[in-house]
Amino acid sequence: MTLTLPHFLSLGAMLFALSVIGIFLNRKNLIVLLMCIELMLLAVNMNFVAFSHYLGDMHGQIFVFFILTVAAAESAIGLALLVLLFRNKSNINVDELNSLKG
Amino acid sequence: MSATLSASTLLAVPLAPLVGSVVAGLFGTKFGGNHLGRKITHSLTILGVLIAFIISAMTLKSVIVDGARFNATLYEWMIVGGLKMEVGFLVDGLTAMMMCVVTFVSLMVHIYTIGYMEEDDGYNRFFAYISLFTFSMLMLVMSNNMLQLFFGWEAVGLVSYLLIGFWFNRPTAIFANMKAFLVNRVGDFGFILGIGLIAAYAGTLNYGEAFAKADDLAKLSFPGTEWMLITVICICLFIGAMGKSAQFPLHVWLPDSMEGPTPISALIHAATMVTAGIFMVARMSPLFELSDTALSFILVIGAITALFMGFLGIIQNDIKRVVAYSTLSQLGYMTVALGASAYSVAVFHLMTHAFFKALLFLGAGSVIIGMHHNQDIRWMGGVRKYMPITWITSLLGSLALIGTPLFSGFYSKDSIIEAVHESHLWGAQFAYFAVVAGVFITAFYSFRMYFLVFHGKERYDQNPDAHHGHDDHHGHDDHHGHDAKPHESPWVVWLPLVLLAIPSVVIGFMTIQPMLYGEFFKDAIFVDGNKHHAMKEMAEAFHGPVAMAIHGLTTLPFWLALAGVAASFYMYMINPALPAAIKRACGPIYRLLENKYYLDWINENIIARGARALGTGLWKGGDQALIDGAVVNGSWKLVGRIAGAVRWLQSGYIYHYAFAMLLGIFILMTYFVWFNR
Repeated sequence: MTLTLPHFLSLGAMLFALSVIGIFLNRKNLIVLLMCIELMLLAVNMNFVAFSHYLGDMHGQIFVFFILTVAAAESAIGLALLVLLFRNKSNINVDELNSLKG
Repeated sequence: MSATLSASTLLAVPLAPLVGSVVAGLFGTKFGGNHLGRKITHSLTILGVLIAFIISAMTLKSVIVDGARFNATLYEWMIVGGLKMEVGFLVDGLTAMMMCVVTFVSLMVHIYTIGYMEEDDGYNRFFAYISLFTFSMLMLVMSNNMLQLFFGWEAVGLVSYLLIGFWFNRPTAIFANMKAFLVNRVGDFGFILGIGLIAAYAGTLNYGEAFAKADDLAKLSFPGTEWMLITVICICLFIGAMGKSAQFPLHVWLPDSMEGPTPISALIHAATMVTAGIFMVARMSPLFELSDTALSFILVIGAITALFMGFLGIIQNDIKRVVAYSTLSQLGYMTVALGASAYSVAVFHLMTHAFFKALLFLGAGSVIIGMHHNQDIRWMGGVRKYMPITWITSLLGSLALIGTPLFSGFYSKDSIIEAVHESHLWGAQFAYFAVVAGVFITAFYSFRMYFLVFHGKERYDQNPDAHHGHDDHHGHDDHHGHDAKPHESPWVVWLPLVLLAIPSVVIGFMTIQPMLYGEFFKDAIFVDGNKHHAMKEMAEAFHGPVAMAIHGLTTLPFWLALAGVAASFYMYMINPALPAAIKRACGPIYRLLENKYYLDWINENIIARGARALGTGLWKGGDQALIDGAVVNGSWKLVGRIAGAVRWLQSGYIYHYAFAMLLGIFILMTYFVWFNR
């Protein structure tokens, strides 16, 4: 059995679904939320790589590097915000962070 | 235009009473601190009216002798889109005659009031009101445009309202003045519509300019209908006259207006104000001549009023109400004459009626004083012995009213009957029957009252209501015993009676020739001789007042009047049990008359209640339910409800927002992938 494009796409879809479920089911820790978002980006990256290989087009893999860079920066900012949030509210419990409500 | 009439002299006519009224009203009453005593107040107001009367008489003389005319605008109030609103005077025969009648009767009433209102607290206020009335009425009759006419029209209505409710702590008086005001609003609504139509189509409010365009108006039809425009205008104007001149079915306010003091009943509700409608129609004769439909309408309304209001006079027991119904009936006669295109006859009857009806009212007032403010004729009788001057003047007034040959009422009333006889309009036959039958009725109720008051047994001590009820006064006449004999009134009361009795007797004889068949109204009243030839035929048959009186002895109206007097003599002097028997025999008719044809009932229960129901419906349905409920409260409730639903979306949890985002992307993707290939 050889690995074909559908396998990779399925893996990407599963990772994406996992991270979405993670976002919705997680009521506790904000860090898990950040991790889920990273996972989502990875799932998208998986698709990029798969299509790139399949189509023989290197642009897709270059894009992956960009995304990874942006994701790293985003995580850094996200973690910094998290630290600030913890300083202000002394917890990072998702259920209690509803101050967006009007 | 003659040089003998100057604007400033004419201006003094209405302004003199106005000055008297304002000074008396401001400084003579509690309003301005009671600075003037009674003597000063009545002297001032009488002086004002006397000046007005003297100038009016001089004006009449120069109008007759020199043929002087005056028609000019004195003051331009404003111009709105080409429509001029002005104050101006038009003096011709009609105006000069009205000015003299108004100022003369007003002067008599002023003098009479000194005696009549002697014991009243509102003495100064009363003088201020009647002088104000004189001013308003003069503005009405002297006007040269319809706006000023309307101003005077409303002003006399206002003073009438104030005077009917003069004794403002009596609920019946307040009810009566409200009723008069409201009924007049109905008429005035028609009147202002008529004026508005003239302003809209003729583009002017000035009499002369509007009448010059009358022929053009006659060619138009009312927009959206087949009706002639001129007919609509005339009927609208006449509705105004119906309100002011108390024609059926807008007559209901006049009998109730007797709640006011007797002098104003004589001045306003008999001699002058109620004849304003007649005057107006006569003044507008160039318009009315163009519409036979409107004239028929006038004829029928007048005939109904003349006949049916006379019937009501028969069963009234209040001395003032008998005279009031007689006034209604006589106004009906005048209206019939207008309908028959005999405008000059109507104005002639207006003049004679002003004298003899003012006389009868003031005579009734004199009797009321003598009777210590008892007004019920069932408890009078034999007054002749105690009040000789009142008796003889009232007899003269009654004879004039029923149309005894040579008296003034004979000439005017016979001319009306003759004019209706010659008219060939639709409804003229009914009107002829009504006015001829009305002669009998008039004679009957006039002499019923006359016999009950002045002859027969004295019944003063039998009045069950002597201590309360009908007193026409504030009730502080406790220094009279109610069983005391009547006494002749003071000279200020009987002098006006005598002065009014003279024209009541002779004025018709003297003026019939110039007024009806001469040149007096030549340029004031227009009659289309080809279409309406009543006046022409009457002029051919007329051979001087004496011949007319002699001929009058052989005609039906005279014998009917005589029969009326004889019937009342038999029923109230010889066989007093008969009226009660007739009353029992004709129960339903009597009840119909007693309830005034149930018109008050209809007004109160159908029109007033219907209007109230409509108002309640609009209030509850339109205002409360639709505007307040649906629009005002409904809009905020709707916003609140939508917001209440939407706020559940704003939970504040990030994952909810994320979910919404994803769901949105999913839906958009699905749409693009599946439906937008």
